[in-house]
Amino acid sequence: MIEPSSQLSGEEEILIEVTLNGRRLKRRVKARQHLADFLRQEMELTGTHLGCEHGVCGACTVLIDGHTARGCLTLAVQMSGKCVDTVEGLTESGQLAELQEAFITRNAAQCGFCSSGMLLTAYELISSNETLSRGEIRECISGNMCRCTGYHAVVDAIETVMTRRGKHQK
Amino acid sequence: MKARNFRYIRPASLHDAYQALAENVGDAVPLAGGQSLLATLNLRLSAPKLLVDISGLCELTGESYGDGVVRLGALTLHRQLLGSKLVKKHVPLLARAASYIGHVAIRNRGTLGGSLAYADPAAELPACAVVLGATIEVGGLQGEREVKAEEFFKGLFETDLRPGELILGVRFPIQQKGTVIGFDELSRRRGDFSLMGLAVMATMQQGRIGKARMVYFGSVDRVRLARSVPSVVEGLELPLQSNSPFEAAVRKDLDAEDTIGLRASTKLQLATVLTRRVLNSMTGATV
Repeated sequence: MIEPSSQLSGEEEILIEVTLNGRRLKRRVKARQHLADFLRQEMELTGTHLGCEHGVCGACTVLIDGHTARGCLTLAVQMSGKCVDTVEGLTESGQLAELQEAFITRNAAQCGFCSSGMLLTAYELISSNETLSRGEIRECISGNMCRCTGYHAVVDAIETVMTRRGKHQK
Repeated sequence: MKARNFRYIRPASLHDAYQALAENVGDAVPLAGGQSLLATLNLRLSAPKLLVDISGLCELTGESYGDGVVRLGALTLHRQLLGSKLVKKHVPLLARAASYIGHVAIRNRGTLGGSLAYADPAAELPACAVVLGATIEVGGLQGEREVKAEEFFKGLFETDLRPGELILGVRFPIQQKGTVIGFDELSRRRGDFSLMGLAVMATMQQGRIGKARMVYFGSVDRVRLARSVPSVVEGLELPLQSNSPFEAAVRKDLDAEDTIGLRASTKLQLATVLTRRVLNSMTGATV
């Protein structure tokens, strides 16, 4: 059983061991701190954005063990033993390069607030070996709100990458 | 907003979880996928003193099939409902309904047991459990017991779970030959909470509806089997051309009241439209 290991100013801190962007690290985290705050405040990874903080907007999307998740609906302490990937890690490793290039070419990022979440959702989408129509792409990004693009350009960008990879079905 | 302070433990076994919940009755809340719980914590709609993280308990995972029943562990993810061959073949209603739950990232973490235990009347899986006649296995320090889905949902966010009890798994009878399913919901935006939804399982003969089990969800106080609509649609030929055969029955089954943002007449209109839409979608396709 993982038990609280220290009590600081009434707020319990718990030791977690997490693989963050490919690097294993140990950190003490507050029980109530959600993953997005942990990334932004403790790890200074501010690419993960916070919009609504109740799971609606998708700006805080990260990958947990390869699957997208809401950073605001996950506690940092729950990440012990897990692999977390953020937009910074996947950018550094080049895994997002093709999508990022398509986002720029198709003008799928304007203010950029939704872009990191949008990219990770798109990344999970193109990593699955499914062939998707534009309607299905829309469905898959329906959990990521964008107030600038009207989504059309985002669908264009994802479709571009899918087509290039030969996974697109008309 | 940020959650209030709480303590967190991750029990190593189911028994440890029972113990932790029993020792902290009233203060402790189990945490599985957290996709509803974390939102209510962040909004400070709830403020438990202790979260008991059951998400790592292997006793609550797994899927199996036998004796005409598919059993799914409480920690089955919505994503797994969509991907499971067993589910697709034997309880396709669950796969169909899961596609309506939130968005991809929510379905990647949200769990079957969590959805049933939370008992949001706008949620998809409680309605499916009732329509399918599922049996819910629950356990606690006092032992294990089974509850019929029809008797499990007591009211708005209220279930038959006693303090300290957890859902362990759910047994779904497999879909019988000659039966069809129907499912749809109406919401303001894709992935949003349903304003009105309908899950149906019915026998069909030569394009006519036979015995139907129907559950409305969304703007209702709790999910339960509709009594009136199934009796008036029995024997009707699909596709239905008008709403008149069942309009009065919908009114009777829903007992709708005005609530903030949604008038009773709107709820009835949504349910009526949905009833015809879902029933007409069921034409033919038998398992």
